[in-house]
Amino acid sequence: MQLLKLSSHGRGRISPALEEPSQEVSLDEWRNNPQAHADATALVIPNDASVADIKKDVSGFDVVILDFPQFKDGRAYSQARLIRERMEYSGEIRARGGVLRDQLLFMVRCGFNAFEFGDVGAADAALREFTFAYQPAADSVAPIWRQRLAHARAA
Amino acid sequence: MYRYDEFDATMVAERAAQFRGQVARRLSGELSEEEFKPLRLMNGLYLQLHAYMLRVAIPYGTFSSRQMRRLAHAARKYDKGYGHFTTRQNIQYNWPALVDVPDLLDDLAEVEMHAIQTSGNCIRNVTSDQYAGAAADEVEDPRPWCEIIRQWSTFHPEFSFLPRKFKIAVTASDNDRAAVRVHDIGLRLHKNAGGDTGFEVIVGGGLGRTPYVGHTIRDFLPKEHLLSYLEAILRVYNLEGRRDNLYKARIKILVNAEGAERFRGLVEEEWAQIRSSGIDLLREEIERIHAYFEAPAFEKLPGESVALNAQRDGNGEFDRWLRVNTVAHKIPGYAIANISLKPIGGIPGDISAAQMEAVADLADQFSFDEIRATHEQNLVLPHVRKEDLFKVWRVLKAAGLATANIGLVSDIIACPGLDYCTLANTRSIPIAQRISERLADLDEQESLGELKIKISGCINACGHHHVGHIGILGVDKKGEEFYQVTLGGSAGEDASIGEIVGRGLSSGDVVDAVEKLVQFYKSERNDGERFLDVYRRIGADPFKEALYAAA
Amino acid sequence: MKIVTANSLQDGAVVYLGDDDQWTPQLSGAARFEDSDAKDVLVAAQTRIEEITDAYLVSIDQDGAITGRETLRETIRKAGPTVRLDLGLQAEQCA
Repeated sequence: MQLLKLSSHGRGRISPALEEPSQEVSLDEWRNNPQAHADATALVIPNDASVADIKKDVSGFDVVILDFPQFKDGRAYSQARLIRERMEYSGEIRARGGVLRDQLLFMVRCGFNAFEFGDVGAADAALREFTFAYQPAADSVAPIWRQRLAHARAA
Repeated sequence: MYRYDEFDATMVAERAAQFRGQVARRLSGELSEEEFKPLRLMNGLYLQLHAYMLRVAIPYGTFSSRQMRRLAHAARKYDKGYGHFTTRQNIQYNWPALVDVPDLLDDLAEVEMHAIQTSGNCIRNVTSDQYAGAAADEVEDPRPWCEIIRQWSTFHPEFSFLPRKFKIAVTASDNDRAAVRVHDIGLRLHKNAGGDTGFEVIVGGGLGRTPYVGHTIRDFLPKEHLLSYLEAILRVYNLEGRRDNLYKARIKILVNAEGAERFRGLVEEEWAQIRSSGIDLLREEIERIHAYFEAPAFEKLPGESVALNAQRDGNGEFDRWLRVNTVAHKIPGYAIANISLKPIGGIPGDISAAQMEAVADLADQFSFDEIRATHEQNLVLPHVRKEDLFKVWRVLKAAGLATANIGLVSDIIACPGLDYCTLANTRSIPIAQRISERLADLDEQESLGELKIKISGCINACGHHHVGHIGILGVDKKGEEFYQVTLGGSAGEDASIGEIVGRGLSSGDVVDAVEKLVQFYKSERNDGERFLDVYRRIGADPFKEALYAAA
Repeated sequence: MKIVTANSLQDGAVVYLGDDDQWTPQLSGAARFEDSDAKDVLVAAQTRIEEITDAYLVSIDQDGAITGRETLRETIRKAGPTVRLDLGLQAEQCA
């Protein structure tokens, strides 16, 4: 499976990532025995794990991998926002599993910036489909209502 | 009414373009049906028994003459000349071709309409009181808050793949016409002791396989915090709601499994973290949206119309329509006029393109260009001068839209059932038609008073049978249609779930059964008691006896 | 005996797999399969995703009439809504 990465948070350019061999460890394994996984670079968090007290765990990893066991199981959208916004994690949040073209924009808005997804052309097109967003999320896009206020104040 | 600005228009136009691309990918075989299905559902497109069905959103049931004319145009051009109003204040087309749907959506986008989130496991079209902005009994117009919810929930990136669909309703009246206690989230605007208005937040109501009346988790939420509080509820649900069993995935199951107290705790804890994080709108934007809903330019009129009183004298039919189908308006000299889509023996909620145009013309001339769709599958002209009511009635009568039965026994909610729906076990519409024909006499209907019959063709309860005073649920028994009767449900401020009263009945017997129940009610009632009042006073047993004795 | 039914992808109309391996709106034109063969035919039909969707098997009797638990549903699919006799295939056949 190809790995695609965003060049920056929010709506940057998406392109295929160079193959970087990452050493993965699951959240359970990591918590049971961190010493044994000292060289791990990617933390794999199952989508039914609570991320409420995860800040310490993720902080040492370059990559956090969140799972979509099926594309319609959307728990990882909330997990990503919590990790990105509440834990202020600034590394890579990677989507794995049921990652479909028409979900990529939602994922980006929730803080994902890497995707196990095969078609870079489709991904690029999908991320350009909408100019605006109504609500704030984990990306840097100002919601429509803030843009309206800015327009009104400028006028 | 709300009008799109460049941002809203761009969102809808881009959505139409996106869906055109999705359809093209499906037609070329690039997408399998399994991959395409969730995409089309998020845009209101179902595959039913005979054809595709497209559900078009009418946010909180408010729309204009221009929009209604466009709906008529779409019915003619892309469908078979009619549409069907639903219990979420939406309209459905039963026959569009997949290849035509992108063009249909472009036509709708031109009049600020769309099919966004009318299906799928996302936040659905927000519903409200059909009399909002006109009702004498409301605290304030709830629609600005509905519009605020509409915008916040549209393509919400975190909440587009929830465990299950999610329905929000808003009322601002003590007389709940929006069924807020049987929604995933119900919001009731009310005044607190200090004179401020805020929301009572009710969570975990719902119908379907496991009906519940919702729990109040907050008595008073300051209005400006609405969105952050909703976001907290949705986040808890998205993370904690069950995903292992389709039938246990709605928020009502989570709320009732956790208990309302614990659920409230989870929400409040989450809300404490996000309430100051910029989700809530600033006052300027709240005011900007409210400005769209300013009252139209009502005239200063006397409370009573002399002309109207003369017109109703000696015209019993018009007089009845006034009594039954019109409601007090908050402005003197005006009335709210209900348009029944339940002609005797007709299909509940169906409307022809010509009828749509007749209603559009009336709204244009006599109701400040506004139309409302109701969750009971009727329409409303919200602001009619009393002296215009006779003209309005004559046009409605000529169009076959003047049946004087709002709230009466023939004003039946029925789901499309097995005549159209691929999920249904039995037909619903023919049962509604036969009950309506059996109890056709309008004098008798009026004397029976408020009596709500609701019919579903399967356990998914799209016909709201659980909250019918008399509910009817179709069940399949070895390939035959049977109907189970429930009694004592209510969707109003006194919400309750109806009780099943006994074995299933055949399609012929169920019509007789309704007649027996109605007759029994008549024999038992005291002055002024509705069917529901009698049921609550004397309980289920006497009704059961009446129903099954000497059957 | 079984027949294969589906909805046409382009317009959603009810179709049946005919003897010529083409899709037809007429139940009378549906090819009949022995129960033992029907599954394989269905699997093959389901791969035709650019033509149809939601293909499945329907039981019929010796005379080709729909039979079994889903008779009412399949009869309505074949003909059109029972509450609108002016719509669906039933309308064309009356006209």
